Amino acid sequence: MTSIPARTGKQLGLVIDLDTCVGCHACAVNCKEWNTSGHTAPLTDFSPYGAGQDGVWLNRIHAYEAGLGADSRTVNFPRSCLHCAEPACVTVCPTGASYKRAEDGIVLVNAEICIGCKLCSWACPYGAREFDPDQGVMRKCTLCIDRIYNENIAEAERVPACVKACPTQARHFGDFADPNSNVSQLVAQRGGVDLMPELGYRPTNKYLPPRPRRTTVPAARPAEPTPTGTANALLRWVDRALSR
Amino acid sequence: MNPAFSVVFLTTASGAGYGLLAWLGVLNAAGVLPRSAWFGLPALAVALALIVAGLMGSTFHLGHPERAWRALSQWRSSWLSREGVMAIITFAPAGGFGLAWLVLGAAAPATVALGLAAALCGALTVFSQAMIYASLKPIRQWHQGAVPVNFLLLGAFSGAACLAALSGGAAVPVVVALAFGVAALAAKLGYWRAIDRAPALATLASATGLGGMGPVRSLELPHTEENYLLREMGFAIGRRHARRLRAIAAGLGFALPLLLLLLALVGLGPAPTAAAALAALAGVYVERWLFFAEATHTVTLYYGRAA
Repeated sequence: MTSIPARTGKQLGLVIDLDTCVGCHACAVNCKEWNTSGHTAPLTDFSPYGAGQDGVWLNRIHAYEAGLGADSRTVNFPRSCLHCAEPACVTVCPTGASYKRAEDGIVLVNAEICIGCKLCSWACPYGAREFDPDQGVMRKCTLCIDRIYNENIAEAERVPACVKACPTQARHFGDFADPNSNVSQLVAQRGGVDLMPELGYRPTNKYLPPRPRRTTVPAARPAEPTPTGTANALLRWVDRALSR
Repeated sequence: MNPAFSVVFLTTASGAGYGLLAWLGVLNAAGVLPRSAWFGLPALAVALALIVAGLMGSTFHLGHPERAWRALSQWRSSWLSREGVMAIITFAPAGGFGLAWLVLGAAAPATVALGLAAALCGALTVFSQAMIYASLKPIRQWHQGAVPVNFLLLGAFSGAACLAALSGGAAVPVVVALAFGVAALAAKLGYWRAIDRAPALATLASATGLGGMGPVRSLELPHTEENYLLREMGFAIGRRHARRLRAIAAGLGFALPLLLLLLALVGLGPAPTAAAALAALAGVYVERWLFFAEATHTVTLYYGRAA
């Protein structure tokens, strides 16, 4: 049913730390690798080795420049499904293929009944859903439901593929319904923000803004006094030559 | 937004079809249409043909057309589902209207009642269709109260133009088409004015949460090629030529048919009304194409474009 559950038991999601993300795309690549063979498989690629490559990715890494002048920063910005509390992508779905799970708040697509009308992708302000023209259905992040509940893999690995891959631990997975969870604590400590809060989708995933600079830009050092007092002509020449 | 042919065709053809159906029901109830079944049934057949062509066409853009029946299940939350349900419900009074006209005659109370019921159902179908777009928050040009008003008036106008042609230039349908043509044009001009002035829903600063650091600029895109999002949501050709396309839609879809209807009214016979109906349909098609092509989606903010 495409009605949204009034409240969900758990509220699973991600915290993405824009301070430590280095923009390496490892999360996106591991997402693609895992999901093209797991629950969501396949994530179709067209012309993968030729010109005009085109394919379904559930995670896309942008880079922005924020601020002006010496205070400007390059900010790498991974963009994927935010598993909103008010996901219009779910309510617009005419078939019930799009749904939000009551037990953990994860937003999923049932590819068995999706008719591929694409309306859900129009309803998502964040561009989290990508249509697969080969399979004729909509694809999206599943928060790796086939990893996080997978009893066949070691418990430490039961996190989404993107979180597992991140070399700088810029991605954190946890339960936002629990105020003591790692993700809730991070959001409280670092002032985690919602994306496009004005649209009212109430995203679950939060982004941690880059920390302020620790030091200001050092002032230019005064020029070293040049040793001009020496009587040795050779040394004076060496000094001039090396000072050029 | 990418103006998919099937969706533009669906809303244009079915809008005119429901408009024609509604005017048949309403004007028959008012007793101002020819009573002959030779008029009523072919006119009703044209209306149903436009509706069915539109509905069939809409399935072509689906990834899985064979699953289209599933779209009837989520009417509690989805306007697309409601449109499908209303479209199917409308066939009942519309079919009954035709049958009653044939068996009982146009003036029979049952015929009148079924005609009015078909008109109401048709209007609700077009309203649901418009709400599919009007309910989408990320698209500021669509998320407007003016959108259902536009859809209803454009359907009423193009349907009335068809009825004017089918009735051979009868005075009442021609006057109705003229009146609704003027109203639809006014609504369309108001809509264009409104979307030109409407502020952006979100900014790159709010989309990234980086606004506190100062101005935000896109530095590098995630991919070098076009992807689904940019093709579907980043369609830019419509906006580049919006001014000219608006002029074409206004001229072809409104000014020309209104002029032709006036000519029919002053007694140049039924020929101008047929041309008026065709011009109105073509003009509404251009207008509907533009309705899609001019619309922007907030996802393009992430790619450093306006939305």
